[in-house]
This record gives sequence, structure tokens and C-alpha cells, in this order.
Amino acid sequence: MSDVKKLAEKLMALDDQMVACMKCGMCQAVCPVFAETMQEADVTRGKIALLEKLAHEMIKDADQVNEKLNRCLLCGSCEANCPSGVKIMDIFIKARVIVTEYKGLSATKKLIFKGLLTRPKLFNLLTDVSAKFQGPFASVADKSAGTASCAMLNPLLGERHFMPLTKKPFRKDYPSLDSPRGISGLKVAFFPGCVVDKMFPHVGHAAIKVLEHHGVGIFLPKGQACCGIPTLASGDQDSFIVLMKQNIKAFEDGNFDYLVTPCATCTATIKETWIKMIEDEDPIFIEKVSDLADKTMDITQFLIDVVGISVPAKSKEGGKVVTYHDPCHLAKSLGVTAQPRALLKKNDKYEFKEMNEANRCCGCGGSFNLYHYDLSKSIGERKADNVRAVGAEVVTTSCPACMMQLGDMLSQSGGGIEVQHVLEIYADSIEK
Amino acid sequence: MGAEKLIKDFEAIVGSGGVLSSESDRHAYSYDSAVLDPALPAFVVKPNNTEQLGPITKLCNQHGLPLTVRGAGTNLSGGTIPHPGGIVVLTNGLNKIIEINEEDLYAVVEPGVVTAQFAAEVAKRGLFYPPDPGSQAVSTLGGNVAENAGGLRGLKYGVTKDYVMGMDFFDVNGDLIKSGSRTVKCVTGYNLAGLMVASEGTLGVFSNIIFKLVPPPKAQKAMMAVFDNIDKASETVAAIIANHIVPCTLELLDHVTIKYVEAFTKAGLPTEAQAILLIEVDGHPAEVADDAQKIVDICNKIGATSVKAAETAEEREALWFARRNALPALARARPTTVLEDATVPRSQIPAMIRGLNKIADKYKLSIGTFGHAGDGNLHPTILCDNRDKQEFHRVEEAVNEIFDVALSLKGTLSGEHGIGMAKSKWMIKETNQATLDYSLRMKKAIDPKGILNPGKIIEAS
Repeated sequence: MSDVKKLAEKLMALDDQMVACMKCGMCQAVCPVFAETMQEADVTRGKIALLEKLAHEMIKDADQVNEKLNRCLLCGSCEANCPSGVKIMDIFIKARVIVTEYKGLSATKKLIFKGLLTRPKLFNLLTDVSAKFQGPFASVADKSAGTASCAMLNPLLGERHFMPLTKKPFRKDYPSLDSPRGISGLKVAFFPGCVVDKMFPHVGHAAIKVLEHHGVGIFLPKGQACCGIPTLASGDQDSFIVLMKQNIKAFEDGNFDYLVTPCATCTATIKETWIKMIEDEDPIFIEKVSDLADKTMDITQFLIDVVGISVPAKSKEGGKVVTYHDPCHLAKSLGVTAQPRALLKKNDKYEFKEMNEANRCCGCGGSFNLYHYDLSKSIGERKADNVRAVGAEVVTTSCPACMMQLGDMLSQSGGGIEVQHVLEIYADSIEK
Repeated sequence: MGAEKLIKDFEAIVGSGGVLSSESDRHAYSYDSAVLDPALPAFVVKPNNTEQLGPITKLCNQHGLPLTVRGAGTNLSGGTIPHPGGIVVLTNGLNKIIEINEEDLYAVVEPGVVTAQFAAEVAKRGLFYPPDPGSQAVSTLGGNVAENAGGLRGLKYGVTKDYVMGMDFFDVNGDLIKSGSRTVKCVTGYNLAGLMVASEGTLGVFSNIIFKLVPPPKAQKAMMAVFDNIDKASETVAAIIANHIVPCTLELLDHVTIKYVEAFTKAGLPTEAQAILLIEVDGHPAEVADDAQKIVDICNKIGATSVKAAETAEEREALWFARRNALPALARARPTTVLEDATVPRSQIPAMIRGLNKIADKYKLSIGTFGHAGDGNLHPTILCDNRDKQEFHRVEEAVNEIFDVALSLKGTLSGEHGIGMAKSKWMIKETNQATLDYSLRMKKAIDPKGILNPGKIIEAS
């Protein structure tokens, strides 16, 4: 009981932010989880009400609140649509940290986060070994989407059509880089992110090709770690800070103008979330994190806004039909929507067509997909329907996590549609 | 009877997944959008079809169990806050549009259909459902009828009641009651559908609703007039109507609102202005052009410092941006936003605004006022922090006085938000004891055990 009191006291720290929610309920209009379940505890207003009541000790069962708190994709749709400007993502992430401190991290998560993710060398080794083993057991599910299925892994992955781990991760081809500024006079640090490294190395290759083509110098240091968002979303702030520190160390000696990533989630995490989670750190470290945040940019935004690639007003008609899915972390958190679409129009083998609800969450939500697969799937199926409805032959996005989800959803609903990163389509338009 | 047995009985009607009874679920349905204390229901029942509403109501009546129907829970007067220990009947799953009749211009819907989704479906068929409450993106049509919801188009197109042609609802015995028809004219018996409008869930449980549809206007034109004096803005409102021009929308933003909107949105509003009128006319293109010109002339004659008409769709959109941001901008200023809807005859708007400003001074509160000037429906919005007991006490006193002023100007307690729990105690001020007695007798006859949304409208505690 005293523990619950302590939990309540900690949650009271969020009271000033939570009180801004006037319970208008407008979050119901945009929440993808609520659209599936239509239950008040699944929408932001309900979650905030429950957290407030827990903080004010009106609710006894913290486990129930925690369970409901976790039924959220952290897609940020509600925050982007909130009339009162409530900092919903900050509240939810901090609440998850507070509740996890109270309940403790599950054994599995402890093993994965503290034992594996915060030890990048071990993490790399393990995924390399897994990549070798999965080969003989996994069979191709859909060639277009690049997915596989594996009956043996069903206890772990369910009926998912997953993106197999690559046999040759990105870092094997590019262990490190430090190339000089070319004709652009610019130099970027490149943060490929875990999923690109281990599943979609070709996205990393496309990024390098594009940056080199435009004469942008690249700093790619060894020792990069996960951006940390999986740990934070599970409430493990300690591992999050360990990973942040590893990354700051990796990049601190580089002389670069921007840090770019091909992953919407990594971009938003480095740019917005890192700085919010630092407590009691020394000012020099805070300054380093803040400097890096200022420099961080989605790679498509960098190419259009900084490098200044000129774009045709309309895409060429009659090519292979390509559409674009807005990753939440790019569209809702950072407001980047025009630049990826602009890059797609540069490739005249393709005709760009806008799908319905392009900026609606695909339902992946990182570990949400693991713990609430049925919900994740029904949200994703709506996305797959929208992709098909526009007649797309290729669906692109700017987030490798969304690519995994799109692949699974399209592959399971019949396949035949390619899933690519925007950079791949743009890189394809560049003559070597 | 134990709660568990009762839950089983309800599960027998709606299935095992249809009853939510965990501590957290009960708390999740203990509030709505009103700034009022929440109340915990015993559990929540979610029917899968409208037929199940009858047995649910009957069972509640048998056990004398209070029942509060809830759609999206956006009510601003506490109408969807349950009775403590009662049950919540959740209708947001009853969301089928049963029929949209393009020949006879009507639609039949279930009560849980979301207003904006309905309006969009109607628009797809080239027709128009005008009521547009501010919460339309999430509010349900059943709730709109129960509260007689209004919106920005009330002046020309009327409010929800003007579109209800008929309705089926369940009485406390679980019997289906039918009223109204699919015809424009219908005088078959008492206007029971009319009785259900604004009844706030206290007289029956809605099943299907028949709505009137209209053809959409062929053209529209929006304009903004800026004033250095709020009386001039109010005179302009009266003059436009007196000249027999009925804009579809005629909105007012006062000085406090303009300041906040500009501070938060940087939309380029004139912060020195004492008032802005946002006006839109619609209809036949020739009539629209004619009315728009007359309005510009009236604004100039009365002394607007500037009048700007939108020439393109983008300019029109930019004008409405300011109006749409009025509430969000005010809501961001302080933690708690007490949004009232005191309504006065149009000619009394200047007096009402003067009264509001005096009240703000007297109670040392920040009140931003915006709203539907064309129909006299103002939204004085008090910015406060309800955790500050002293301040919130002043807010309560101020709200009391706002209603006194509105009533003294021959106005009303509520233009579109309903009475609910929030304003029940003031009912007698606007009406009289006989009116309350008449209403209570009617309620008693229809609902002898008082199970239908008790504590609302006429049952001030």
C-alpha cells in the first residue's frame, strides 16, 4: 500500500501537465486504437483520467492502469490534434517510466535491454548468428514485400510475415566512414539505426549513394548504439540513458553540420526525446545532447531543404504507381511531410499517387506490435486497404519500423506490393 | 441483488464482452467534458444492436438501477456523468446509417453515429445536414438530439431539433415507442420525438432517429469585419438581420479572445481590435454576391475599421482559422477552461458583453468571449485552475452572476450545451415552480422509479 502511495506521489509530478487536458474528447477522432475498440480507456482522455486518479489515490489497482497505459502506439496523433496543446507523449512516456520503476522491468525486457541492447557488440553478434540460422527454416512469404514466414518461430512471432534479418548487415559494408566535404560543402553524420543495419542494409546503401552523389561528406563512426526508444517506451529510463551516452560518445569527435537518419523514429528520438529524459547530468553532457538534437534531421528533409534538390511540380504520369505512408514520428512529431513526396517525384519511372489517410498510423508502434498484435494488425489492415485502393504497385515510407509493418500487412493480405524506403526510389533515379 | 448476478443478467443480453466492470473501466466512464466532479458507475454495458436497448432498460427498471446513456461523452453540462452506482449504457457501437434517402431528403440512423461522419456521408450524396456542433468530429447524433446541439450555422439553418422528423425510443418497460415519420408533415399523436429533443436521456432511450436533409447551398462568401468598439460590432449584427439578410454564420470574437488567438497562432489578427465579426453568406450565387455587398456596406456605415471579403477558397479558409482557434487558444492559456453558453436576444449582445466584462473585473478573472453572435449564443470562457480552491470559488460565483445577467436580459441558461447537472439548480430562475412541477409530474409518470439519467435538468440536488 505504501508503494502505491509512493507511485501516486511520483505521478503527481505530472499533474501540472495532465490538468491541461480539459476532457473535450477530441482525441477520439484521431486515435487508431480507439477506432478499433471504441473504449474510453483506450483513448488519450481516458488514459489521462486514469493516471490522474492514480496520482490522486482514487484508484487502487495500479496494474490495471498500467495495462491500459500500454495500449497506446505512442503515435502522437492525439497530441497533434489536441485543442489544449497537452504534451501527451511526454506525459505517457514519463508515466511509463514511473510505473516501471514501481513495478520493475519484466525479466525478458531486462535481458533484452540491459543484457543485450546496451551492449551493441553482443547485440550485433547475436543478430548475425540468428541471421545465419533463420535461413534454412524461414520460407519466402511474399517476394514483393520481402517478407518471410516460419512455422518454427510461431511461438515467438505468431503468424507474422516478418522481414528476415539480413545476412550481411550494413555495418559489414560500412564499418566506418569519414569522407571529406564534396561539391555541396556539407558534411553529415550518418545514423542508420538498428533496423536498417540488420534488416534493410539496402536503405543504408541508398543513403550513402545519394549523399555521395550530392557531394556531401559522411561521418559514420563505430560504436553507434540503438537510439533507445524501445527501452524508453517500456519505461526503462536507465537503459535509455546508457544508450544515449554511447551514441553521444560515438559522435562527439566528428566535424559535421547535420546528423541525418533514414529512420523517422530515430530522428524524432534523437531530436526531441533525448534531451527531455536527462536528469541530474552535468551541463557539458546536456550541451552535447542539445547540440546533436539541433543538428539532427530526417534525411529526406536534409536533401530537399539543405542540399536543395529541385523537384518537379508534378510526378510523371504513366509510370509504376508509388504511394507514400507518413510515419507518425515524421509527420506528427516533426512536421515533415512534403520532402519525402518531393523526392519520389524525382524518379520518372514512377507515378506518385496519394493514398487515402496517408498520415494515419500503420499500427506498428514498436513493442505495441509484440504485445497487442491483434490490435496492431487490425489497424495495419486499414492501411493495407488504403494502399491497395489507390492502385499502388509500390508503397514507400521513411521509417524502417513502418516498413516492417507494411510488409507484414500487405504480405498477409495477398502480397504483390513492394515496400521500399523513399531513399531507394530516389537513389534509383541517380546515374552512378 | 449482488453486482455479480446483475452483471450476469446484463451479459445474457449483450454477451460477455459487453459489460465492463473493472475498477479502471468504471473510472474511465465517470466523467464527461464538463468541469464537474466525476461519479463512479457500477459498471458499463455496451449493446451490440439497438434491439438490446429494450431489455437493458427493462432490466434496469426492474432493479431500480439508474441508467445513463453515453455516446462520445463530450457533454459540457454533465449530462453524461453517471449516477453514482448506476450503469452507463454505451451507444458508440450503435453506429449504422440505416438509410439516406436522396429522393425524399431524409436519413435514418442509429444513435451512435458520429455527427461529422454522418454529415460527410450525406455530402457524398450531394445533400446537406447543417447542424455542426463544435465537437462534431466525435459527438454522436443521439447525444446531439438529447442535448439539442447547435453549432456555427444555427442562425440560418437552425439547430438539431429543426432536423428531427421522427424517432423510435424505448420506454422504461423496454417497449419500443414510435413517433414522427418519413414525411415532411406528420401530426399522428403527441410530438413525442419533439419531447425527446433536449430531454437529456431522462425520458427514454433512443433507438433510431429520422433526420431531415436539405440541398446544399450553391455558393458561399466569407468576410471579416474589424471594430474598435464592441457596441459597433453588436449594432452591425442587429443591422444585418434588420436588413433581412440571414448569413449562415455570424461569429464574434472579443478583445480577450483576439489577443489569445493571436498570441498562440500568429494568424495576423488585429490585436488592438475590440471585436471581430466573421460573417459567411451562402445560397444562390447572385444572392450571395448581393448579400455580401450589402453586409460590407452595413459594416462600413456603422464604423468597422476594416472589412475584408475572402476572394478565394484559401482566403476563406484563413478567415475561419481564427474562429476555429478561439477555443484552443483560450484553452492553452490556463489549466482549466470553463466554457459557458449563456444566450441572449441578439439586440442584448452589447449589454451581455458589458456585463461579462464587469463580472471579470469583479471576480478578478480572465474571461474571453466568442460565439455565435448571429443567434445571441455567446461562449464566455473563464480561464482558471480548478485546483486553486479560492480562484475556483470565484469562478462559481461568476458563473452564477453570468446567468443572472443573461436572464435579466431576457436570455436563457443554455443555448446549446444543455442543463445537465451543471445548471439544474438555476432552472427555477428562468422558469417557475409550476414549470418544474409540471416537468416532474411528467417525468414521474413516464419513469416512476426515476431510473433514466437521474439528477439531470429538473432534479437539482
